[in-house]
Amino acid sequence: MIHKFKMDDVNIVLDVNSGAVHIVDDIVYSILDYYPQKNEEEIKTLLKDQYSSEEIKSVLAELNDLRKQDLLFSEDTYISNSAFTTRKPVVKALCLHIAHDCNIRCRYCFASQGDFKGTRSLMSEEIGKKALDFLIENSGNRRNLEVDFFGGEPLLNFEVVKKLVDYGRKREKEANKNFRFTITTNGVLLNDEIIKYINENMENIVLSIDGRKEINDKMRYTVNGEGTYDIILPKFKNMVETRGDKSYYVRGTFTKYNIDFAKDVLHLADQGFKNTSVEPVVAEPGKDYELTYEDLPEIFHQYENLARELIKREKEGNGFNFFHFMVDLNQGPCVIKRLTGCGAGSEYLAITPEGDIYPCHQFVGNEKFKMGSVVNGLNKERLNIDFANAHVYNKEKCRDCWVKFYCSGGCHANAYNFNNDINRPYDLGCEMEKKRIECSLYIQAKLRMTEKTEG
Amino acid sequence: MKHIKTLSYGSLKETAHKGGCGGCQTSCQSACKTSCTVANQECENR
Repeated sequence: MIHKFKMDDVNIVLDVNSGAVHIVDDIVYSILDYYPQKNEEEIKTLLKDQYSSEEIKSVLAELNDLRKQDLLFSEDTYISNSAFTTRKPVVKALCLHIAHDCNIRCRYCFASQGDFKGTRSLMSEEIGKKALDFLIENSGNRRNLEVDFFGGEPLLNFEVVKKLVDYGRKREKEANKNFRFTITTNGVLLNDEIIKYINENMENIVLSIDGRKEINDKMRYTVNGEGTYDIILPKFKNMVETRGDKSYYVRGTFTKYNIDFAKDVLHLADQGFKNTSVEPVVAEPGKDYELTYEDLPEIFHQYENLARELIKREKEGNGFNFFHFMVDLNQGPCVIKRLTGCGAGSEYLAITPEGDIYPCHQFVGNEKFKMGSVVNGLNKERLNIDFANAHVYNKEKCRDCWVKFYCSGGCHANAYNFNNDINRPYDLGCEMEKKRIECSLYIQAKLRMTEKTEG
Repeated sequence: MKHIKTLSYGSLKETAHKGGCGGCQTSCQSACKTSCTVANQECENR
C-alpha cells in the first residue's frame, strides 16, 4: 500500500507499511497510477502520449528495485507479530485531576469550564498519594511512570502538587521506578517561586494560550470576563526563558473563530516560543465555534501555509517546532506503539479529585466510563468497552487507511463523542490528521532538497 | 536512481522485532490533549 500526493513542486510517495518515503519526479508519479496492477506494455500504451517507452522502462526498473528492497508496496505483517499479539499493557501514565476547579472560563472547555460537570473540588493529598501508589502497583516492569498534573487548573491546588512530587520521589526509590512529572496550566497563578519550582521538578510543561491577543481573549477569559492574554504572556515568557533545555509546549486551541490559525501559531513563534501546539477544537455539535466539513479547505490551506513558513524560518535559522508536524521518519516510535496508540483506558488513565478512575481526561464526568477508584482498585470489567484492543486493526476505517501508523487510530474520546463507538474514528479529525502528516512529509522533503542543493 | 530520491528508508519493519517495550512517553502527556499524534513520540529503547 502506498500514499502519493503533490504539494507545490514536490511529489511524495509514502510506502505505508515500511514507512519509507520517496521524492519522485512526474513520470514516476504518473506511472504509479497504474503500477503494479498493469504490466509494462499496458503502462506504455496508457502513457504513450506523455512519455517515451525508454523513459517508462527506466522508471519501472527503479520501481521494481524498490519493491525488491521492500521499500514500496511492502506487506503489512504486523498483525501476526508476536510483540503485538502477546502484548500485555500495564498502567504507565496518569492524568491526575488535581483540581476540578478553574480560575478562568474557556468557552470551548471540554471540562465544563473546570468542574467536569460535577462539583468543584480539589484532590486531597491522601487521594493523590493513593493514585501514585496505584500507578506503581499496576505498572508491572515498566520503570518510567508519567504523571500529568491536570485540571481544571492545577495551580489552584499547588501545595498538594508539591507534596505529591515529594512523595513520588520517595516512592520511586523504594519501588525502582522513575516518575516523570508534567503539568498543564493556564498560567494565571504563575509567579517567580512557582515558575522556579515547576522548572526544577517538571519534565515537561504545557502552557495554554491560543495565539493572538484578540483570539485568545475571545475564548479564554477570567471569571470577570477579562481576557487572559496580558496576564499570562509575560509569565510564560519568563518561564520558558528560565527553563533552559527542558521540554515545554505552548498549546492552544483553534475554532471557527480563528480558522486562520496559522497566524496564531506564527504569533506564538514570534513571541519567542520554539515549541508550539495548536489543535482543532472538539466541540459538541451545534456550538457556534464548532469546526465543520465546510471549514476543511481553509484549514488545509492554513496547514500548508504554516508548513511553508516553517520551512522558510528554518532556512533563515529561525525555525520552531509545531507539535503536529513533528514526525521522526527514522527513529520514531516502534510499530507496536503505532498500532495501539495513546493507550487510554489501558496504559493511560485519568484520576478525579475523589480518586475515581476513567479511561482518560476526556471521559471524566461521564459516569458510564468510571472504571474503579484508587481506593478500591481498578475494575475494568465494569466497562463493556475493550480499550486495550481498540487498535487500528480493529477499526474498520483505519485498517486500509494510509495514515494509520501516524495517528494510531485517533482519539478514542473523539470517536465515542461523535460516533458512540471508540472503534469508529471521528472523520473530521481524520481528514485534518492526514493533511498534517502530508505537510510534515513535505517539510522534510523540502528541507532535504535544500540541503542537497546547498551541500 | 534518476527518477526517485529516497528521503527515508523507514524503520517500521525493523522496529517490529524489538518493539512494544512501552518505555516511551504516552502521547497525550506531551502536547496534545485531543488530536492524537503518536508518530512524533521518541523511542526510548534504541
